[in-house]
Amino acid sequence: MNVLACIKRVPDVGAKITVTPDAQEIDTHLLGFTVSPHEECAIEEAVRIVELRGGTVSVLTLGPPEAAEQLRDAAAIGAGRLVLLETDGREWGPIATAGAIVEAVRRDESANGSYELILFGNEAADTGDYQIAVRVAHALNRPCVTGVKHLEIKDTTLRAKREFRGGDELFELALPSVVSVKEGINLPRYPSLPGRMRAKRAVIEQTTPPWHEDTVRKQALRDPVVERRRAEILGQGLEAVPALLGLLEELGVLS
Amino acid sequence: MTVLCLVEHETGEVIDASLRALSFARTLGESSGEALVAALVGEISTPTLEALAAFGVSEAYGIESDGLNSYAPLGWARALVGLASSLPATAVVAAGTDRGNEVMAHAGALTGLAMVANCLSASRSGETTVHLSRQRWGGSLIEDAVVESLPTLLTVAFDAVAPEPARMPASIEVQVHRPSLSEQDLSVKVSDWTQQSTGISLAEARVVVGGGRGVGSAEGFGPIDELAGLLGAAVGVSRAVTSAGWRSHDQQVGQTGTRISPDLYMACGISGASQHLAGCQSAKHVVAINTDRDAPIISRADHAVIGDLNVIIPALVKAIRERGSS
Repeated sequence: MNVLACIKRVPDVGAKITVTPDAQEIDTHLLGFTVSPHEECAIEEAVRIVELRGGTVSVLTLGPPEAAEQLRDAAAIGAGRLVLLETDGREWGPIATAGAIVEAVRRDESANGSYELILFGNEAADTGDYQIAVRVAHALNRPCVTGVKHLEIKDTTLRAKREFRGGDELFELALPSVVSVKEGINLPRYPSLPGRMRAKRAVIEQTTPPWHEDTVRKQALRDPVVERRRAEILGQGLEAVPALLGLLEELGVLS
Repeated sequence: MTVLCLVEHETGEVIDASLRALSFARTLGESSGEALVAALVGEISTPTLEALAAFGVSEAYGIESDGLNSYAPLGWARALVGLASSLPATAVVAAGTDRGNEVMAHAGALTGLAMVANCLSASRSGETTVHLSRQRWGGSLIEDAVVESLPTLLTVAFDAVAPEPARMPASIEVQVHRPSLSEQDLSVKVSDWTQQSTGISLAEARVVVGGGRGVGSAEGFGPIDELAGLLGAAVGVSRAVTSAGWRSHDQQVGQTGTRISPDLYMACGISGASQHLAGCQSAKHVVAINTDRDAPIISRADHAVIGDLNVIIPALVKAIRERGSS
């Protein structure tokens, strides 16, 4: 079974994001980069499926030349094919991104056969557009479900569960299909040493798709107004316990 | 011309996120003098209708179709897009819930138009032009942008807009919209729903006790669990904790976990990375327990204790128990 995971290079999760003086970009000087968290899980899920059922894991990203690092991270945990849709660093909107992925998938599938499953992250940690998977599914005329936290495959049917108001809702889709997953669907493995060695030598198939301007035009980036609270320090160490107990009483949370 | 808002309702009542989306959509409509129209899948109850009128909805469409007895993302989107073009609507708005984002993504794909997720504000400045601001980097930054597309497809960020009833409640008309849906529109739908294990739901808990890297190990959570039990609280954790495998991901608070809005959040041994703060910024009262006086969480807290949670929490648990027995 051939599985494709589509991923994005994003600033380290939890990093302090600052804006450049012209308010147009984020300052990447001091930032490390990583695979967007939901997509890290998409890679892991693809690897697990192929370990169980055979086939190939392909991983694709659209991004600057440096995004090759994230493809190699994927190779280190088991991705066999790496595809880079290289950009010149400009930001791509969701319609253009989905379009470039669809083109690449069509090209691949006519050469190597169909992907039974295409995985995405539910939303990228940086842009948070929530739509690439759905747009790709429409263009390829395949069924799609988003936000999945449990996935199993039986013959040609995929059973996908996701959280909904304190429960799990179940969807059943016919393969081939498109699924976006959320962190928590699995705990991604750490790469092994042989995995890392393999990743260094892995071949990256690279193409340069044409950029299209988005119909959403950025004017400026700015920091949100954050309500800074001045924490009242109740004390240090054990001496603070009576004050803490008093506070909980005052807040009415002790029965 | 109108602004159309997709409203989610449950057990006969409009969900909180949809009340916020209605407030957002009404403000957008006011910027160009357009009426607010609501679309709901399924029958509209009397309390729902009253809430819609209070939030300024002048027309409510119940979307009815045999195939929509359970949630079908593409079916909902097809119905919504059809209704938007028959009204016609200049904008379609939904809450930034899992369903709202999913349905609007399908609406974007069906129409080939932009879909802008997690908006904080929007106003119309021309026939096809909307100025808006939206969250980026999980709410760490805000982007001001202009979108030119008709209708404008938007979802509303989780805690961007307060649920504000209209100054003047509308007199509301109820209509039925019967979409024509193909088998393919309904091929992906919810086929079953199961209740998760019992216990207090993290998203809805009034009190949350949080543990971070400072807890030190999976076993270290004993006192945190005990405190949560005494307070009737849910336990929440940071991403560092789930990545280490100490606790399961369904307890993770943050951008890629659960967003919480309790009355009290006790953040123990959590430094307060932006990914975590994105998930707890709606907490009404924050108490931080941390060894580091300069940790970001301290500047977001109302009260703080400087010290090691592994010493302080067991002592607090003991003090609460002794209080109960005296």
